Amino acid sequence: MTAESATTQPAAARPAIRVEGLGKRFKDLVALDGVDFAVPPGTVFGLLGPNGAGKTTTIRILTTIVRPSAGRAEVLGTDVVARPAAVRRLIGLAGQYAAVDPNLTARENLRLIGRLTQLPRHRRDPRAADLLARFDLAAAADRPVRTYSGGMRRRLDVAAALVPEPPVLFLDEPTTGLDPQSRTALWELIRELVAEGTTVLLTTQYLEEADRLAQRVAVLAEGRVVADDTPHNLKARLGTTVLELGMGEDPRAARAAALLTDRLRQRPERDGALLRLPSPDGSLLLMDVLHALEAERLTPRTIAVRESSLDDVYLALTGHRTDDRAPDPGTTLEGPPS
Amino acid sequence: MTTATPLEQPREQPTVDRLLAPVRDGLAVAGRNLIALRRVPRLLIFSTVQPIVFVLMFRYVFGGVVGAALHGVSYVDYLMPGVFVQVVVFGAVNTAIGLAGDLQTGLMERFRSLPMARSAVLSGRTTADLARNVFVVALMTGVGFLVGFRIHNGVPAFLAGGLLVLAFGFAMSWVFAVVGLAVGDPETATAAAFPVLAPLVFASSAFVPTATMPGWLQVFADHQPVTITAGAVRTLMIGGPLGTQVWQALAWDAGIVAVFAPLGVWLYRRAV
Ligand SMILES: Nc1ncnc2c1ncn2[C@@H]1O[C@H](COP(=O)(O)OP(=O)(O)O)[C@@H](O)[C@H]1O
Ligand SMILES: [Mg+2]
Repeated sequence: MTAESATTQPAAARPAIRVEGLGKRFKDLVALDGVDFAVPPGTVFGLLGPNGAGKTTTIRILTTIVRPSAGRAEVLGTDVVARPAAVRRLIGLAGQYAAVDPNLTARENLRLIGRLTQLPRHRRDPRAADLLARFDLAAAADRPVRTYSGGMRRRLDVAAALVPEPPVLFLDEPTTGLDPQSRTALWELIRELVAEGTTVLLTTQYLEEADRLAQRVAVLAEGRVVADDTPHNLKARLGTTVLELGMGEDPRAARAAALLTDRLRQRPERDGALLRLPSPDGSLLLMDVLHALEAERLTPRTIAVRESSLDDVYLALTGHRTDDRAPDPGTTLEGPPS
Repeated sequence: MTTATPLEQPREQPTVDRLLAPVRDGLAVAGRNLIALRRVPRLLIFSTVQPIVFVLMFRYVFGGVVGAALHGVSYVDYLMPGVFVQVVVFGAVNTAIGLAGDLQTGLMERFRSLPMARSAVLSGRTTADLARNVFVVALMTGVGFLVGFRIHNGVPAFLAGGLLVLAFGFAMSWVFAVVGLAVGDPETATAAAFPVLAPLVFASSAFVPTATMPGWLQVFADHQPVTITAGAVRTLMIGGPLGTQVWQALAWDAGIVAVFAPLGVWLYRRAV
């Protein structure tokens, strides 16, 4: 077994979560195809990917809910397949959908989890009260969860994951469905937990979230890790800036895209009337681009040079965007009237 | 197992031994289910209105016809044990509905990630449904008394009959635990249950003696557990030679649990 490797390594060097060659099939569908990553203790690791990438499946394997079809995974050196019961004592899970009993009150839900995680009786009530206060649920604590808003349920769900003070915390899209204020509050809370030594693996479809919270990000696409790096390096890999040109109308944008491909060997991405060009040096490229376009009287209506986001990284790595949100207007400059 | 313990083990190992964990966790889950039952009383009300209507209908509509064939036993005394059995059989559908609901809300997923006994989610549900049956059977007894049902064979035998009803209900809960986990949503569970339960309850001696049924149906009706349980409960409550019926009924209960409890736990382990 793997006991030797586990005991010969010093604890500090050993990752809190290690995943090697992880595979999962559901009949004909390959949900995970050789996923590898490691999460150092006391850090936040982000699993980033669009719907269907395999994020939830990875979390379910790590939390002993399903078994992998291939590969191995361990939490704090404990194999999830060989010793699931031991793993369950080390983890907290807030799944993708709030998993709380709608007929119980928030307090009763937390007490139940305390009981089921063998928290000593005298600590259950204080722990529940503490978490309810921390998650801003104290006022509603004794109302059935049925009456809660989606955001309140979500917060209770994360609170439930924290009841046994798990050293490793799994959060599957924790801020999906939260209003911006609750989202920021949850981010703050995650930072506090990590400062106290908790290791957090979170999945997200929000690039901003991974960028803000995670020390390391694995980008998952169709069951494979297509990148595993710091948010900083991921951005650097693609160049630090993105040039965005608003061409006004689709046909103009198409003509401009063809022109830039021909003349400047650029491959702009076109999104309606908007062109995007990643570049290691935005402002130099901007001069060339404007010259080339000016010559054909294709002056852009708007011009923006912005920092590349993880969204751009995702596009470069997988060939498609994570979703269809409008690009961040960010530093858009009004283009010259044409 | 020779695997080294993890170097970090910040949370204490449970002190309760492995044999106690299923009971401890099962009771925790049962407590949770009973809170829900108390908080959503319509779950209980709907499941008692229907059998009350049955009692009134059967008592007064069929009473005259069937009564003649009962050799001196009043129809209401014959009917009530059958109603008790019918109530717990149909009530067992709640087990399926509850578990399927937990699957749908994702609660099951959370339970599966917790360091609790694997059997607890199921035993907690069947135990809560047992407690629920105690209430429903007591209520039906009261309704029976109102329409002429009486204790004829002493209180201990009467209570023993009640326990036999509850044991059968508990066994049926395990059947429906399997159904709930297998179908995975409450609506399908309800729809799937009726076609199975109706023949079990109606092609039996629960409401009328099997003697007037066609031969082929009688063979089924005489040997299926609803008839056997209803017969045993009747003997205990009305009186008469006990024979082996009570043991047969208990054997059915034990057999059903022995098959369906492991099957349920197995399904729970792999339900996704
Ligand atoms: N229980 C299951 N049965 C069949 N297919 C599944 C099951 N769970 C997930 N999948 C499939 O596996 C793929 C990955 O799903 P998932 O891990 O939920 O992705 P994500 O969480 O990144 O959206 C998807 O194509 C999904 O449809
Ligand atoms: Mg998911």
